[in-house]
Formats: sequence, structure tokens, C-alpha cells
Amino acid sequence: MRNFFAFLSGGLFGAGLLVAGMVDTRKVQGWLDVFGEWDPTLAFVLAGAVGVMMIAWAFAKRRAQTLIGLPMPEAPPKLVDRNLVFGSLMFGVGWGLAGLCPGPALGSLSFGGWQGWLFVLAMGMGMAIAPMFKEQLARLDTAPEDG
Amino acid sequence: MEQDWIWGLVGGLMIGLGAAIYLLVNGRIMGASGILGGLVDGSGRDSTSERFAFLAGLVAIPPLLVPLYQVVDTKVTSNIAVLVIAGLLVGIGTRIANGCTSGHGVCGISRFSLRGITATVFYLIGGGLALIVGRHLLGVI
Repeated sequence: MRNFFAFLSGGLFGAGLLVAGMVDTRKVQGWLDVFGEWDPTLAFVLAGAVGVMMIAWAFAKRRAQTLIGLPMPEAPPKLVDRNLVFGSLMFGVGWGLAGLCPGPALGSLSFGGWQGWLFVLAMGMGMAIAPMFKEQLARLDTAPEDG
Repeated sequence: MEQDWIWGLVGGLMIGLGAAIYLLVNGRIMGASGILGGLVDGSGRDSTSERFAFLAGLVAIPPLLVPLYQVVDTKVTSNIAVLVIAGLLVGIGTRIANGCTSGHGVCGISRFSLRGITATVFYLIGGGLALIVGRHLLGVI
């Protein structure tokens, strides 16, 4: 049951990315390229997705459990910290360079050629070594101040 | 080209529906980087099958729609260095920030999360910088 709906959710997500044209890296880069031929499509994609999710959150707030009786997610942390800012900047630069973020990169694997596979492989390696970077960032806080 | 925004909106609604199902049925926040990352670094051991099921849908469903289109082309670069550097940055960055466009963007903004909005501002800045430097200054993308 749970896995069926996870599959359905992933399928809708992937199909939506394809329909929206977000598997086209030029459209994504066109959105980020404010000094080039700017492409506003991504704003409409985000607006549509956020609109549906606003309703979903409102619904979720009034329920103690999900529709199949699972617990609702715990409230995520509220803290805006260095990891959030630094990690998002890094992610953004990679996103802009290739025009791919994790969702479309995975969703286009079947038709994106070797380039898509290479990107996902590098992304997976990045995810595997990310805990090391996190540790280094955390060390900045505990390091004794010199001078 | 004029219709791009309509399809963008339609696709966005589908993405939102996928995220809504993951929240309202599975009780989870739909973030592509988190779902994959939890499998890669082992932090999602308690929900392995659910993660695989989501990823299976994400990878297997889009090709079923491809025949509806004359051409589906990601138009992604063939520059190996760019692909590897970009992939590493996306992988490391999303895990340090705990989310990407789907988790922080779609799921975060919609609940007016300060974290989600802050992340979105900074990955947009990062992406804009990448285009300025990579495309307009260096001409590699």
C-alpha cells in the first residue's frame, strides 16, 4: 500500500516534470539566465506545484494521521543556518551549470543519454561524500579561535 | 513557445499532486535529493522500500509519456568536466542544505517555511551566478 502510493507519487512527479518541460536543461538554464533570453516557464511550474501543496498542507494540519493511518511528518527544524545557505548556494551553482536538479535528472534517465547517467553518477558520489563536508563545516564552530 | 507556460502550469499541478500524495498518504515530504540521498548514505534505512518505490515511479513513468511528443531531448551538455562538477555540487549541496527544488522549493514554500524560502533564494542566486560565469564570461555552458 505504502509502496504503491510512493510509486504513484514518484510517477506523477516525473510525468509532471516531463509535461512541464523541466527535463529540458535549456529551459531551466533559460530561467536562471537573467542576462540572456529569459524563459519564465519554471515560475509557472513552481506556482502550480506550490498551489496544490498549499491545499495539501492545510488539509494535513487538520489531521493527526495520513489517509492510510501513518503518522504525519514531524515539524521540520526552523533554524536557518550556515549549512542551509552554503549548501543551497553549492546546489544552485551545479543546477545552473548542467540545468539539472535531482528530480529531472532521475526522471530523464531513460531518455537523457549517457550525459544524464554521468550527471546522476556524480550526484550520487556527491551525496555519498556530503557527510564529510558537513563534518568539516561543523568543525568551524568548535575550532578554537586563534588570535 | 507561447504554450510553454500552460504546460508548465499543468506539469506543476501534477508535481504538486505527487507531493500531496506523498504527504497525505505516506506522511512524508517529497524531496528528490532526500529520498535518493537517504539511500546513498544509509540514513534512510528505515524506509528503504518506500524510497525505492518512489524512485522507480520517477524513473519508469516519464518514458511512457515520451511517445506523445515528437522530440524529447534534455539538450544537456556533453562536456564531461561540466557534468561531473555540476553533479558533485548538486549532490553535496543538496545534502548539506537538506533539500533541493522539490523539498525546499515545492514542499517548503507552500507551508511558508523560512528554511524553504531561504534555500530557494540561495539556490536561485547560485544558479544565476553559474549562468553569468559559465555562459557569459567563460562560454562553457
